[in-house]
Amino acid sequence: MKTIISIVRKDFISEFRSRDMFISMFTFSLIIIFVFNLVLDLTSNIKNIVSPAVLWITFLFSGSIGLSRSYSLEKESEAIKGLLLAPVDRSLIYMGKFFSNLIFLLIIEIITIPIFIILFNYDFSIKIIEIMLVIFLGTIGFSTVGTLFSAISLNTRLREVLLPILYFPIIIPVLLNAVRITTSLLSGESLSSNSSSLQVLIAFDIIFFSAGLLLYEYVIEES
Amino acid sequence: MIILLVLTVISIIASLYASFIYAPTELIMGDIQRIFYFHMGTVWVATVAFTIVFIASIMFLKSGKRKWDILALSSAEIGVLFITLTIITGSIWAKPIWGTWWTWDPQLTTTFILWILYIVYLILRSVAGDNVKQARFAAVFSIIAFIDLPLVYISARLKRGISPVVFGPGGGGIESKMLITMLITFLACTLLFIILLKQRILYEKIKDNLRLLKSRTI
Repeated sequence: MKTIISIVRKDFISEFRSRDMFISMFTFSLIIIFVFNLVLDLTSNIKNIVSPAVLWITFLFSGSIGLSRSYSLEKESEAIKGLLLAPVDRSLIYMGKFFSNLIFLLIIEIITIPIFIILFNYDFSIKIIEIMLVIFLGTIGFSTVGTLFSAISLNTRLREVLLPILYFPIIIPVLLNAVRITTSLLSGESLSSNSSSLQVLIAFDIIFFSAGLLLYEYVIEES
Repeated sequence: MIILLVLTVISIIASLYASFIYAPTELIMGDIQRIFYFHMGTVWVATVAFTIVFIASIMFLKSGKRKWDILALSSAEIGVLFITLTIITGSIWAKPIWGTWWTWDPQLTTTFILWILYIVYLILRSVAGDNVKQARFAAVFSIIAFIDLPLVYISARLKRGISPVVFGPGGGGIESKMLITMLITFLACTLLFIILLKQRILYEKIKDNLRLLKSRTI
C-alpha cells in the first residue's frame, strides 16, 4: 500500500511542478468540445443522442494524451529504471501507475463537465450521482488498459502514435456501454433500467485490472 | 506432408463439388446461399487460429520459448487472411439478401473489431523492435484482445441483431445434404489451415537459422 501511495505522490509532485500535461489536456478537451459544438448543428431533438457520445469521445481523446504523457515522463531521463530497481513487486508498480492515471483522468473530466454543460446547455443536476458513478466506472476501464498500453507503445518505434491504435479498439465495450447509460440517464431513466450495460462495464474493469496486474511485468522490463 | 497435401486437394475439390452441385438450392435465398459454406468455413478457421494465438501467447509468456512465439505469429497471420475472406464473402451474401454490404449488427461489429485487433497485432509486431520485445508485447496484446472480444459481443448484443442464427436456441436448423456440404467445407478449410500453418512455421524457422548463420560469418 505504501508503495502505491508513494508512486502516486511522486507522479503528482512532478506534475504540480510543471503543470504542462494538465494544462495541455484541459485545453485539448476544451478544443474538442468546442469543435463538436461548432460543427454539429444541435437542434433539441438530436442533442440528447449526440451529446453523451461527444462527452465520452472527449474523455477518450484527452485521456489518451494524458496516458502516453504519463509514461513518457518516466522514459525521459530514465526515471523508469529507478522505479524498476525498487525492490517491490511489478504489480504494485502497475497499481501505482493505475491510480495516478485514474486520479488524473478524473480531475480532467470533472473540470471538463462544467464546460460541457455550459456549451451544450445541459442539466446534469437531476442525475448527478448516477452520472458520476458511470464516469468513475468508465474511467477505471480507461486506466486499466491505458496504463498497460502506454508502456507498450512508448517502447516501440512508433511511440505515442501507436497508443490510440492499440487502445481504441480494446476500449470499445467501455465506450459503448458508458455512452448508452449516460444517454438513458440524461433522458430521465433510472440507473436500474441499464443494469446489463452497467454489469458489462463493471466486468470490464475487474477483468482488465486483473489482466494488468498479471501482464505488467512483461511490458516494462528493459530487454 | 505429401499425404496431407493430397488430402487437402481432394477435400477442397469435394467441397467445391458439394457446395455448387450436391447441395440443394435454398428456397428463399436461391443460389447466393451457396457462398455460406465458404463463409462458415473461413470463420471457423479464423476462430481456431485466434484461439491458437491466445494459447500460444500464454505459453510463450510462461516459458519464454521461441517456438510458441512462432506459432502465435504464424497462426495470427493466417487468421487475419481467413477473417478477411469471411468479411468479403459475408458482404457478397449480404448485398442481395439484406440490400446492404455492411450493417452494425452484433456479429458484424464483433467480426470487424476482431479483424482490426489482429491487424493491430501484426502492426505491433512490425514496429516493436527486436525479437524478444516484439514477442512479449505481441503476446500481452493478443491476450488482452482475446478476452476483450466477448465483452465487445455482449455490448453490441444489447442492441438487436439481424445476422442469421443457424444453430443454438432460435436457430432454423439445417437440411442434411447442406449439413454434409458444410462439414466437408469445414474439413477442407481446416486442412488448408494446417498446411499453411506448417509452411509458415517452417518459413520462420528457416529465417531464424539464416539469421544465426549470418551472425556467425560476421
